[in-house]
Amino acid sequence: MLFFILKRLAQSVLVMAIVSAVSFSLFNFVGDPVNNMVGQDATREQRVEIRQQLGLDDPILTQYSRFLGNMLQGDFGLSYRIKRPVDDLIFERLPATLELVFVSAIIALTVGISLGVYTGIRRKSWVSRSILSVSLVGVSLPTFIIGIALIYIFAVHLRWLPSSGRSGTVELGWWKTSLLTVGGWRAIILPAITLSLFQLTLILRLVRAEMLEVMQTDFIKFARARGLSERAINFRHALRNTLVPVITIIGLNIGGLIAFSVITETVFQWPGTGLMFIQAVDFVDVPIMAAYLVFVALLFVVINLIVDILYFVVDPRIRLGE
Amino acid sequence: MKFRKLLAVSVAALTVANPAFAENVLRWTSQGDALTMDPHSQNEGPTGSMNGQMYETLVTRDAALNLQPELAESWEAGADGWTFKLRQGVKFHDGSDFTAEDVVFSFARANHEASDFKEQAKNVVAVEVIDDYTVKLVTDGPNPILPNQLTSIYIMDKDWAEAHDVVAPQDFKAKEETYAVRNSNGTGPFTLVSRAPDEMTELARNPEWWGNDMFPGNIDKIVYRPIGNAATRVAALLSGEVDFVLDPPLQDIKRIEGADGLGVKTVAQIRSIFFGMDQGVDKLRSSDADGNPFKDVRVREAINLAIDKAAIQRVVMEGLSFPTGMITPPGVLGNTPENDASYGFDVAKAKALLAEAGYPDGFSIQLDCPNNRYNNDEKICQAAVAMLAKIGVKVSLDAIPKAQHFPKIQKRETDFYMLGWGVPTLDSHYVLSYLLAGEGSWNATGYNNARVNEITAAITTEIDIPKRTAMIDEAWTLIKADMPYVPIHHQVLAWGLSDKVDIPIAADDSFRPRFAVMK
Repeated sequence: MLFFILKRLAQSVLVMAIVSAVSFSLFNFVGDPVNNMVGQDATREQRVEIRQQLGLDDPILTQYSRFLGNMLQGDFGLSYRIKRPVDDLIFERLPATLELVFVSAIIALTVGISLGVYTGIRRKSWVSRSILSVSLVGVSLPTFIIGIALIYIFAVHLRWLPSSGRSGTVELGWWKTSLLTVGGWRAIILPAITLSLFQLTLILRLVRAEMLEVMQTDFIKFARARGLSERAINFRHALRNTLVPVITIIGLNIGGLIAFSVITETVFQWPGTGLMFIQAVDFVDVPIMAAYLVFVALLFVVINLIVDILYFVVDPRIRLGE
Repeated sequence: MKFRKLLAVSVAALTVANPAFAENVLRWTSQGDALTMDPHSQNEGPTGSMNGQMYETLVTRDAALNLQPELAESWEAGADGWTFKLRQGVKFHDGSDFTAEDVVFSFARANHEASDFKEQAKNVVAVEVIDDYTVKLVTDGPNPILPNQLTSIYIMDKDWAEAHDVVAPQDFKAKEETYAVRNSNGTGPFTLVSRAPDEMTELARNPEWWGNDMFPGNIDKIVYRPIGNAATRVAALLSGEVDFVLDPPLQDIKRIEGADGLGVKTVAQIRSIFFGMDQGVDKLRSSDADGNPFKDVRVREAINLAIDKAAIQRVVMEGLSFPTGMITPPGVLGNTPENDASYGFDVAKAKALLAEAGYPDGFSIQLDCPNNRYNNDEKICQAAVAMLAKIGVKVSLDAIPKAQHFPKIQKRETDFYMLGWGVPTLDSHYVLSYLLAGEGSWNATGYNNARVNEITAAITTEIDIPKRTAMIDEAWTLIKADMPYVPIHHQVLAWGLSDKVDIPIAADDSFRPRFAVMK
């Protein structure tokens, strides 16, 4: 087990190095930040001076190694756009993103699994069929359209919920949370639903397919023959056996939630890391883009590691096979 | 000082608690938040506009863009500078007095290497203190338009800056943000209550402000929330969550006008949109023509005549533009109706001119265009491509984000490009010196007319105003004939407003809460 984890860690470091190198080489194509950083009346000399100050004219390899060196010392530099330390900015924005992802994941899991089980067991009822056809919407519509549609229905027409922003926050030390007030919950509902919809339908369909398969297997028939209650069969035996692939997908998709949150946060002006990243791309704010990409890579690596470890816990065959 | 601020806020809170005063809260939004509260750090529209609610300048502009006294009460020109009488009894938000030494300090700070206002502030080479409330801003020779150049130089408190170690604006070598990035201490009508960048900024009325009895504004509290996504921004107005949207997208204007309790105000913006043609190089980079067709004024005229500005106004801009024949709008000294008139639209004549110039079959060229900078920028370029095809000029369009587009102009790597230009000083010198003088830092056309260069230099020191205006007019008339650019139109600004609030729209797109009245 320890060897396994160490091996995965070594792979992770390699992944991170590749991600940072690739992302850094891409920054060459995003454009020139200097034009955004100075007023239109800045002279050519002033522009050249800033380029030199930032080392933008150095070869890309020099810039990359300087970035790596600084990063290893915990220095991510100053944002070009708002001239504040990048790590401060990311930590300031992180709670918003994590809470959004957390609430979306809960929605996707609870609704997705229960609907999946329901449609798996009652597969012929009209309720199941309508759930399945509605779920197609979740898979096929792009996130920003779902977001805008929800805003127009619930904020503009019904006026039940705020259209955007993160209000009603409470500060717990450095963590600014919106989960402790009614206003905070009202603000998080629409973005969380928008973000969760794709994952929800994915989980629903996956659980349903797995349930259908498991229900055909011999051990379920035996369980039935033993006279176990439907409830015990469905939840203790069938559902449990569907969970291995579901955990894999969920694990990978929590990373996906954070990545998708870029779009959801932009639509809802949710002040998280995703919104910050989009603004950075617009401005060519290289320090923020670099730090964000490294951070997301780290997150994926950690999540994958946790998923691998969870396999050990959930599936005894993997443990025994070792 | 913190205590004082706290006291001011709690006094404000007490007044609010009194039921006799209903609090007027103005909630508004726009696309981009201010980048910093440091008034000399970023020369950028939303930042300057936000800081202008808390900080003040010596001379300012009202909503009609007329020069008005702010921290200076009066001023007069001299041969080597201007003397300003300062307003007396003005206090900064922390309670300290505004005096001449703060002016000296602020100009030094705006002239600092890390300042983004060096270009405006460099006109003031020194500040002489005559007494506590009189200063002389020394210029390098006579300067006829100095007050116009001062409207973006905010005045800070010297003692506050020294106490918080912010005597210089933030630079990129620093490892940490300075105190002034998120704290503010001006003399203006509003004080900073809270600031969460990209989330929410709250300002409260400054009860000590010198102008409280002089301006109609009755706003007690301003809540600003930036919303980057255009559709969401409009939704916030439609749902009644905000009272004012500074920048609704043009395609949503009709929808806002049609909604109950909402309205739209429009005004011609101080920004003109045009194409530049590089007539300076010997061989165009992206063309199949031998040499450089743009060197021939007949070709430039043909391009001008082939683009139907009225059609662009009608179809692309939904009526929200003013077609033009010059690259600076009414409101800027130097714009005249004669020169502002469009070159017109005449395909037959354009074809004839091309043939005369030796290009009967036209030529090919690349048009460089931003896609996220001006109103409908990419669509204007697409329309121009189709129009130029009718005279045989085969245009390939490269529409890219502004961060990649503008460096092409700066480095002179483009033959044919779109550019827009706003004029903060409202004086033609700002246009001539950057876009038309041979050495202008945004002149990528290679246009180099000796007389225009001469006039550009002369008007910086000519203090005989009628003579100066005549020279400016002469320059624009020469430019009208030389056609280095293809003027398209002046942009129109539109603000979306709730009927509950009345805010005079200003052509510089700056929100001035001192004039905002809630009903």
